[in-house]
Amino acid sequence: MEALFALCVGVLTTCGIFLTLRGRTFPVVMGITMLSYAVNLFLFASGRLKLNGAVILGLSEDYADPLPQALVLTAIVIGFAMTAFVVILAMRARADLGDDHVDGRPPQKIEDADKAKDRVS
Amino acid sequence: MSHLAILPILIPLLVATLQLIPPLHNSIHRQRISSIVAVLALLAVSILLVVNSTEQTEIYALGGWQPPFGIVLVADRLASMMVFLTSALALGALLYACAGEDNTGMYFHPLFLFQLTGINGAFLTGDLFNLFVFFEVLLIASYGLLIHGGGKQKTLASVHYVTLNLVGSAFFLFALGILYGTMGTLNMADMASTVFRLEAQEAVLAQTGALLLLLVFGLKSALLPLHFWLPRTYTSVSAPIAALFAIMTKVGIYSIYRVHGVVFGEGAGLLANVASPWIWPLAILTLIVGSIGILASPTLRTLTSNLVLVSVGTLLLTLVIGGGDGLGAGLYYMLHTTLVTGALFLLADLISKQKGKAEDRFVPSRPIVQSGLLGGLFFIAAMSVIGLPPLSGFVGKVLILQASMGENGMLWVWSLILVSGLVTLVAVSRAGTTLFWKVSGDRSDAQPASRLQILAVAWLLLASPLLVIFGGPATEFTDAAATQLQQAYPSVKEMMNAVNQP
Repeated sequence: MEALFALCVGVLTTCGIFLTLRGRTFPVVMGITMLSYAVNLFLFASGRLKLNGAVILGLSEDYADPLPQALVLTAIVIGFAMTAFVVILAMRARADLGDDHVDGRPPQKIEDADKAKDRVS
Repeated sequence: MSHLAILPILIPLLVATLQLIPPLHNSIHRQRISSIVAVLALLAVSILLVVNSTEQTEIYALGGWQPPFGIVLVADRLASMMVFLTSALALGALLYACAGEDNTGMYFHPLFLFQLTGINGAFLTGDLFNLFVFFEVLLIASYGLLIHGGGKQKTLASVHYVTLNLVGSAFFLFALGILYGTMGTLNMADMASTVFRLEAQEAVLAQTGALLLLLVFGLKSALLPLHFWLPRTYTSVSAPIAALFAIMTKVGIYSIYRVHGVVFGEGAGLLANVASPWIWPLAILTLIVGSIGILASPTLRTLTSNLVLVSVGTLLLTLVIGGGDGLGAGLYYMLHTTLVTGALFLLADLISKQKGKAEDRFVPSRPIVQSGLLGGLFFIAAMSVIGLPPLSGFVGKVLILQASMGENGMLWVWSLILVSGLVTLVAVSRAGTTLFWKVSGDRSDAQPASRLQILAVAWLLLASPLLVIFGGPATEFTDAAATQLQQAYPSVKEMMNAVNQP
């Protein structure tokens, strides 16, 4: 179970970081979402992985650590709020800037504009 | 148990919530009054907290849950001082905003107060996960404030700012997971008292966590490779928000002081001073890049943003130059630099409004309407920010130089701080002469600044002479805060036991 769990966290984080480094807002939003899933799983594991352990003393033979569960719950709530915000922001950026590139316009256009400016000056 | 420690969080939270419902919601006038009343109340509470903290450290167990399992608020000298600094800065920013900036969009006042809730909470909390939560509160309010009023520039800046901070939050949680996994606690006092017991194997993991935390706090405080968002963000927001954001980088620095200065400080066993080999070069590079940025700035706002960078570098240097002296000097410098850069952001806005099309760019242009008044204020701010006597920048820098005397790396600290001072002198005097003296054409017919705006700038600038006049008590307080910070956690531990036995 540990290997599978570690693999999940690792793959999610890798994909998350890769997507966050992309140039357009949609992959960035997806990347951030994946990163927050990875974080939630990881936080969950910080209390050690355990099967059939209740989080309350005395309900089962061995008990699981309740604190990471509380942390994950908080992190999920905050993660949702932030994802909602970043989606709205991405849509607003698309509308305001006329492009879904994170810099407002793709690098190609920026270079062209710079060249045009050089020519004028 | 007194409830003083929770008030700086509750007051802005409650007033902000009230501002979202009708009697306050539908009138900007009532919103302004309620916000000002709230910030004045905050100021009063924070003064009480500061006075209180000289006698004893207030430990407030939220909901009566016993530490280290419940969340605690710790109002020691440093935390109280930071809360006081926040309220003083917020009053200036709010007065300025009430002159009209708050009417460019909806919900300025609630967002402003939510932001204060987050900042105060981050300063007061004694628990790392709670610190994360308050970081998120202040961040989401700052996202709202950043985009407040709309416009292309703001949207563009906030895409970067929001993305960076969300990734930062993810790393923050990774770090917390690692630290909880190795130490079994997130209460900072408890961590400080268990960290030196870590085995070598766990220490490696905890080190990763500690350095990840440095990355996150470095992002918040605009430490060198993570500072690219700062100039763009600070130049695109409206002036009162930029002034308020002057405290935001300090939240990151404060967290570095708390976590890397204390929890992973001298007494951390295998992990002692785990971050200082990183902080040294990065702080130095931040100072250098900030100084170059100051020289290269085309507008007064960019200049001020780069001054913020320089102050971040200086403050982090004080963490690594040994002993409580460095920290004490750093705290004094923090008081000075936050308020003065805040004032400079407001001044830049006033100047740019009266210059017509040239705004605050350093180009010859039409004269300013109130050149005498604004010039005078700019002169005071400039003197203070460069570090010329008799104002507080001078005292702060002398204290830092004194603290580094005889330490290793003294050469670096002296040369960098003096050279960055010289660079600031050159750049700020060039800025001043261009803005105020290189003029041509008629005065623009811009509105003169309202009394409220001048009052706001004057309030923030007043701090500089006051910090010199009351320099004795101020430095005593910051030194005591630094000493307390370094010795705090054993005594916090004792006090926790006291809370545990009602």
